[in-house]
Amino acid sequence: MTQPALAVAEPPGRIKAETQPALLAVNSIEVIYDHVILVLKGVSLSVPRGGIVGLLGANGAGKTTTLKAVSNLLHAERGDVTKGSIEFEGERIQHLTPNDLVRRGVIQVMEGRHCFEHLTVEENLLTGAYTRQDGAAAIQQDLEMVYGYFPRLKERRGSQAGYTSGGEQQMTAIGRALMSRPKLILLDEPSMGLAPQLVEQIFEIVKRINEEEGVSILLAEQNTNVALRYTTYGYIMENGRVVMDGDAQALRENEDVKEFYLGISAAGRRSYRNVKHYKRRKRWLG
Amino acid sequence: MNTRMLTGWGFGVPGTIILIGLIFQLVTQVDSTFYFAWGYYFEILIAGLLQGVMYSLVALGFVLIFKASGVFNFAQGSMVLFAALTMVGLMEWGLHWALAFAATGAVMVLLAISIERVVLRPLVNQPHIILFMATIGIFYLLDGIGQTMWGSELKSLDIGIPRNSVEILENVFEGGILINRYDLVVAAIGAVMVAVLAVFFHKTRIGRALRAVADDHQAALSVGIPLKSIWVVVWTVAGLVALVAGIAWGGKLGVQFTLALIALKALPVLILGGLTSIPGAIVGGLIIGAGEQVSEIFLGHFIGSAIQSWFAYVLAMVFLLIRPEGLFGEKIIERV
Repeated sequence: MTQPALAVAEPPGRIKAETQPALLAVNSIEVIYDHVILVLKGVSLSVPRGGIVGLLGANGAGKTTTLKAVSNLLHAERGDVTKGSIEFEGERIQHLTPNDLVRRGVIQVMEGRHCFEHLTVEENLLTGAYTRQDGAAAIQQDLEMVYGYFPRLKERRGSQAGYTSGGEQQMTAIGRALMSRPKLILLDEPSMGLAPQLVEQIFEIVKRINEEEGVSILLAEQNTNVALRYTTYGYIMENGRVVMDGDAQALRENEDVKEFYLGISAAGRRSYRNVKHYKRRKRWLG
Repeated sequence: MNTRMLTGWGFGVPGTIILIGLIFQLVTQVDSTFYFAWGYYFEILIAGLLQGVMYSLVALGFVLIFKASGVFNFAQGSMVLFAALTMVGLMEWGLHWALAFAATGAVMVLLAISIERVVLRPLVNQPHIILFMATIGIFYLLDGIGQTMWGSELKSLDIGIPRNSVEILENVFEGGILINRYDLVVAAIGAVMVAVLAVFFHKTRIGRALRAVADDHQAALSVGIPLKSIWVVVWTVAGLVALVAGIAWGGKLGVQFTLALIALKALPVLILGGLTSIPGAIVGGLIIGAGEQVSEIFLGHFIGSAIQSWFAYVLAMVFLLIRPEGLFGEKIIERV
């Protein structure tokens, strides 16, 4: 796979996240599926403008549900936000439809790619511009911008997306979201089912999109190791709760994170007692 | 559709037609009571193809809704009847046919909007079988409303399409080939409609969104395509197609209750062509139309007549066995 062409302009300087009000603020939300199944038990997090934030944790921790609560795809799956609030640019967005949210600049890239299989790669990208009203020229320009990040997609633009590789589908899905000119991309599990080298490459591009286009990113990822290297801040979820959060750097050096999520431990294998200690600690944090 | 496929069809279709003709000619050598002439054969074939276009018109409506929502719309047949009844009713009030056409079109748009509001929206996220059952309900409802409003007696629908036959190729075949002008005009209208639909689906933003929804509801939602308005568009388009089919069939057979049952003839067309393909609906209709006419006339000599009433269904059954997705149906793409 060819490397993306170098951008002509230097990336603009990063905005100091700390001084800005949060772009997205999720305040202790509770999510119930089908009126009975409690999935999120009070999750709070925030994404600063221009930030790239990781939402980490194992299977079933509630990462995807959190993203879907923000993008309101939850409603189509009979899920409801029953407590707490979600604010985007200072406004509550819980009751908006996905269509309204995409217009406002919040778009989700779903887990497992979800490309339109029988549409060509280019048509897939164009569906991302469905909500835009700013004319064909601007959309064409953005198409070229997406091809700039993913030269591979330009080569495959005429192929049916269903016949492209997993990596190409992931690129198509990200490119499609980018076509809506979003302010915030909710990126769910981009590494799923991809070769480690490809994962690295895709994260590289996501990071560049974040820096060069000024798009904020909330990234749900099981692959803690990779995610903590490309994000600036991380939240770790377990059983529908955020159990730990901090700067990515700090999380990478945290002993518990190392032990349980990165699979490395300086002190060798720990004793059972320490595991219990961690569990106690987890409860306390939750 | 690639060039290899096009040349395949380009040679295969005329080849098959001539081959069948040759076989019939051979039969005349064996059985002297069997009548075959090339002119006669082509005349029947063309009449069959034109009849096939009429089947395609009905099948198209099914394809549109199935593609966008995965729902088999049982009510398509009654939509055809309802449209034709409304059109005739308005013309009986003294409206010019063009005005009546426009007014009926507006009624079909209203119908689409109310079906989305009343039936589809409350049933969102339900399994397809539930929606299918709901369309059976719509079938009876439309059937009843149409007949309550406009009466149930047989009515004639005439929008001024000539009904006489023309003779072509008199110097090639003895006696020439007779073609019904009504069928010819209907076929032309059908062709224009399909071309318009093809452009709509492949070149417009809404058309692209419709195909996206057909592929993946969830992903379509995630990029901000509003499913509700897409469904209204789909049912509107299906309603307009039903209107054209209703005029074509109503003009030929008269408008009455049995018109709703031509939907049954569309089923084998769908199985043959594939439930998800517009070209499939056309080609399926042509094959069934031509096949049943030709076998009625020529095979009827050996195995008795009334082949027309079962030919399509037997053909569909054979297709279910050898190619369940139909000729042009979307294969389920599976990556290994």
